[in-house]
Formats: sequence, C-alpha cells, structure tokens
Amino acid sequence: MSKTVNVSVNHVTRVEGHGNIRLRASDGKVEHVAWQIPEAPRFFEAMVRGRSFEDIQTIVSRICGICSVTHSLAAIKGIEDAMGIEVSVQTDKLRILCHYGEQMESHSLHVGYLVAPDLLGQKSVIPLAESHPHVVKTVIRLHRLGNIWMEIIGGRMTHPITLKPGGFTTIPSEKKLRELKKVIEDAVPDLKILIEVVLSLADKLPNFERDTEYIALKHPDYYTFYHGDIASTDTDEQVPVQEFERVVNEYVSPQSTAKWCKWHRDSYAVGSLARFNLNAEQLLPMAVDTAKQFGLKKGACNPYLNNVAQVVECAQVAEHSLQLIDELLTKGLKAEKVKVEPKAGEGAGCVEAPRGILFHRYQFDKNGLCTKANICIPTGQNHANIQKDFEAFAPQIIDRDHDEIRLLLEMLVRSYDPCISCSTHFLNVEFV
Amino acid sequence: MSKLKVALFDFACCEGCQLQIYNLEEEILDLLELIQPVEWREAMSDQSDDYDVAIIEGSITRKEDEQRIKAIREKAKILIALGSCATTGGVNKLKNNFEMQDVRECVYGKDANMKHLDTYPTKAVNEVVKVNYMIHGCPTSIKEFSNIVRCLALGKEPNIPNYPVCVECKMNENVCRFEYDEICLGPITRAGCDAKCPSSGMWCFGCRGFVDKPNVNAAKDVMAEYGKTLDDLRGKMLLFGSKQEF
Repeated sequence: MSKTVNVSVNHVTRVEGHGNIRLRASDGKVEHVAWQIPEAPRFFEAMVRGRSFEDIQTIVSRICGICSVTHSLAAIKGIEDAMGIEVSVQTDKLRILCHYGEQMESHSLHVGYLVAPDLLGQKSVIPLAESHPHVVKTVIRLHRLGNIWMEIIGGRMTHPITLKPGGFTTIPSEKKLRELKKVIEDAVPDLKILIEVVLSLADKLPNFERDTEYIALKHPDYYTFYHGDIASTDTDEQVPVQEFERVVNEYVSPQSTAKWCKWHRDSYAVGSLARFNLNAEQLLPMAVDTAKQFGLKKGACNPYLNNVAQVVECAQVAEHSLQLIDELLTKGLKAEKVKVEPKAGEGAGCVEAPRGILFHRYQFDKNGLCTKANICIPTGQNHANIQKDFEAFAPQIIDRDHDEIRLLLEMLVRSYDPCISCSTHFLNVEFV
Repeated sequence: MSKLKVALFDFACCEGCQLQIYNLEEEILDLLELIQPVEWREAMSDQSDDYDVAIIEGSITRKEDEQRIKAIREKAKILIALGSCATTGGVNKLKNNFEMQDVRECVYGKDANMKHLDTYPTKAVNEVVKVNYMIHGCPTSIKEFSNIVRCLALGKEPNIPNYPVCVECKMNENVCRFEYDEICLGPITRAGCDAKCPSSGMWCFGCRGFVDKPNVNAAKDVMAEYGKTLDDLRGKMLLFGSKQEF
C-alpha cells in the first residue's frame, strides 16, 4: 500500500518573521522538501538612498527589532569606513559592551521562550509559566538583564539611540556602569540555572549531523563578535570585511529562484555554532566550562546544537563584559565630543548578530547623503544551509508520523534562530 | 469575568513592537490574568479564528496583505494598530519617495520583475481598514502597551497623550535640541515616549506621529528663532511620517 506524506506549514511559529515548510513523500521516498520565505520585502537598500549619514543607523536599525544594536553598529562601522573616521578605545569598548547586551537578550529569548517549549512538549512558553515557573522566571530575569544592559549603554532596550558615527550621543555614568557590573554578577546563578535546564533537556535535541562550512568573524586575540576578518572552517584564508561580497556570493538558485549564499560549498552556516566552531579556543573560563558540560567540541555539525552554542555564548558575553567594565572604570569614562564632517566614499561594516555574521556596505556623496547600500543578513546566508539540512534530514525521518516530522523540521528551522524580517534579500516563492 | 481573547498579527515590520511585549518581563504574567492570547505567531504555535481583539503590527505593502487584514478586521471586535509601521507607515513609508519599479530594481536587480516581488506604496493600517486604537511609537512604549491592554480588558477608555514630546522633554530637564543646532520634531510629535531620544542626546524624529492639531505657527516661530525653515522640518519628518501634510 502506498503511503503519502504531505507536510505543509504556513508561517512557522516561534521564529522571527515568516517562513513556510513544504514536504511531499510517497512510499518512504522524499519527492520534494523546501524551506520558503513569504515575508513582505521591505526594500531598505532602496529606502536609505538620499538620506544623510546621520540618519542611516536610525533607519536600518528598523530592519530588525531583535538585532537592532547589531544593525546599528554594522551601519556605523560602514559609515566610518567610508568616511575614514577613527573612534576612541572607550567608544570601541562601550559599543562591544552594548552589543553583548543584545547577545544576552536575544539568546535568552530564543533558548528560553522559543526553543524550550519544544523540548518540554508545549506549544508556547505560556503553559510553561504554570508547569515550570522556576524555569520561566529564570529566563525572564536573564532576558531583562540583556535589556537593562542595552538600555544603560544604548539608551533604550529596542532600537538603540546613543550609537552614532564617530562615537556616542551620550555615554553612561561610571555609577551606571558599576550598576551594570553588579546586575551581570548577580545574574551568574541564573545563568547556571539556564545551563542546568538546557543540559537536562539536551537529549531531546535530535541527533542529526551534516558536515557543512561554517563562517564567522575571527580575531587573533579574542572570541570576537565585532572586530576581525571573515573566516571559514573550509580554508585558512581570511577575508577582510571590505571584500565580503567575495564570501557571500549571492546567487539565484535555479531550483527555487531565492537568492542564496555560498562560498566553498553549495551552502554555509552562520551563527553561534559557526562562531564556536571557528573560535572555541578563545572562550573565557565560564564559557569553556559550559561547553565542557554539554560535551560541545569544535567540529560539531549537528545544527540543533546551535542552541547549546547560544547558551555557551551567554556565559562568554557575561564574563567578557565584566572584564570590559573593569577596564573602562579603571581608565575612567570621559565625555568625548563627536563632530563628523561628511565626505564622499564607500565602506563596509561587519558585526556578528546573535544569529550570525551581518554585512553592510554604503556609498556616500560629498554631502554625506547615501547613494548606494547593500546589506547581507545572517538568515539570508543560512537559507541554503537550512534547505540542505532539510534534504539530508527528511529521508532519515520519513517513516515517522506526520506530526513528528513536522515538529522535527520546525525545530530545525528554529535552531538557526532565523530572523526573517531582516528581509532585504529574501524572495517570496511558492512551489508546491 | 471571562478573559479578553487577543490575537496578534504581523505585517511588514521589524517585529520590534512584539519584542517590546516580551520586554514587559514579569508583567506579562500579570496581563495573562486579564487576557487570553489565542494567536501570536512569534511566541505561540496555537492559532485561532475566535478573538475579541486583533493587534496589528506592521504596514500594508502588498495586495495579498490587504486581503488578509480585511479578513482579520471582519473577525475582530476591536482592532489595535501597534507601533509606527501600523499607525503611520513608519520607516516603511520612505519607500514611497521612489517609483516602485526603481525600488524593486535597486534591491533585486535583474530579478526585479518577478511576480512575487510585487510591492505597492506603503500604507498604514487605517488606510486600509478601520482602526479602533493606536499604540504609537518605534518602538512602542511598554508602559503604554500594558496600560491600553489593561484598560480594554477592564472596559475602560485608555488615555492616549495628545500633547507634544516637548512637555515630557522639559519634565526630564533636558537642554532643547535646537540649542545644539539640531532640528527636533518634539514640538509637533505626540508624547508618551517619555522623550527617550532627546533624553539620550538625540533629536526627536517623530516616530509617534503628530499630535492631533500640531501648532504649526509655534513650530514656525521656533524654526525662525533658530534660523531654520519649515522645509528643514519637513526634511526631518520624512523619516517616520513621509509626506504627512503640514
């Protein structure tokens, strides 16, 4: 008797933005499996044309609520590259600190609110508030920590205000920084609870491996989210950010007509697991210890382990932030006057968003008005890799029942922490 | 008391205003005493056609979205526009300064004419369907969101500020941004944000839209006092309220 399986998910839930899953199989043979994006394109690269360099970060921050600090910083770095602006060590450290707040906020939200319900057999975090109040309250506290953190440095929890080309509109007081240090220190027990909870559920993560290329920033001195060159697990060559187009190679797939990215293979992955696979030896002790507890090692190629790598990175950003705050306080904070004279030029900026490497490129005329922009977002870069995972994983699970197949594929998408609103390069395709 | 059934739907936006709901942190648990979320794609796998209140995030930018919002409007007793993209069109309206063909070609190059890339000039939600309440801002204020939802759950009329950001800015004892030779939209923009941007050293870019009757003459006087014109003001207005009449 022939058995047909049809999985069709419109608008996968518990992800940022809109994505669809399609799978068709008969007699145990997968005939078609696809990851589609029906998100409304928003055309940011077109919209920023004619706008002043002073307004760019305010606009592009709105590409994504949950990566707003990352988008702001990538834009600012691109503008500074284009106009030859150098920033102070203090500005550099405060920006990294602000960006770490976003990593904490985003990772805790993703692992705690979006992934945990799958591991605990629920449809959302709401029933967990009753069944696992201790877990939910821990996640809330860590999430709030990330928000307080961004608010102290960036002026607001979503869409930062203070970040601008050349430096800051205003910097936090030393008192505020000391407060931040205290809330981070006080959150360490909560981090340990999160680690224990995820550890206790780690066996619920599907056991699926597919070797792929991982791409992330790399810096000689530390585990980086902000500085460095582009590195890959497939090559020793490192590419300067200014040449990012050489890495992303956006193309239109004949199979789907969606713009995908590839470098050495037909797909690559970005995100926490990519950063871990490239830079794990640079992690600080608490993160090293966390990775050890999970048995997470360089070379891991189970995409579901991205969620574990996110937990490792929560420990990393907390520990590195405490160091940065100490360095800033030892030196003493100084208000710096920032006055940028616009000039013509072109430049690129790159920052690691919580969900992977993000590139911005801008061109300005002599009045500082934007003439051209190109933005290449992490989820766009993961798109082909999600598709390739689907193709490899679907045949392995095709004998399971419909709901389980659906759940496993949805969990696979969620593991990438996709952020589809960053929709600049997404096309909207419907196959089946 | 039966709980108010609430569904949240998102259109073209950054989903930052949904994120602001998560940012209520513990207060979400209090709100859950008053409301029952029945659909919220970013947070829940549940779906429902039975809701009292529909909260709409994002702008309408495609024909298919227009059909979707109309269907939601038919089912909802109360429809709330959440955040600038929904209330005014927000940054999405920057697109309307260009020809749509040009916008498509700029981003998608030779693929620009593919049917699924069809886009039309951005509309705020109330340009397509009737909106009962607006929660302004980019992002929305979490306090205001919580207050409006509580009011509706308790059958009260929410009080939405109809005075300019300058009032809150003064209460925060900030130096006026015009003193820094900047153009600030505070004098004509609806308050309720606690003047967050001026308080962080940035001009107001008007994300909450105008007060009901902006005092244009006073704004003109302020501009003249600092040697600037209404056109300078209009230039800044483009960012969040593209081509709003003034």
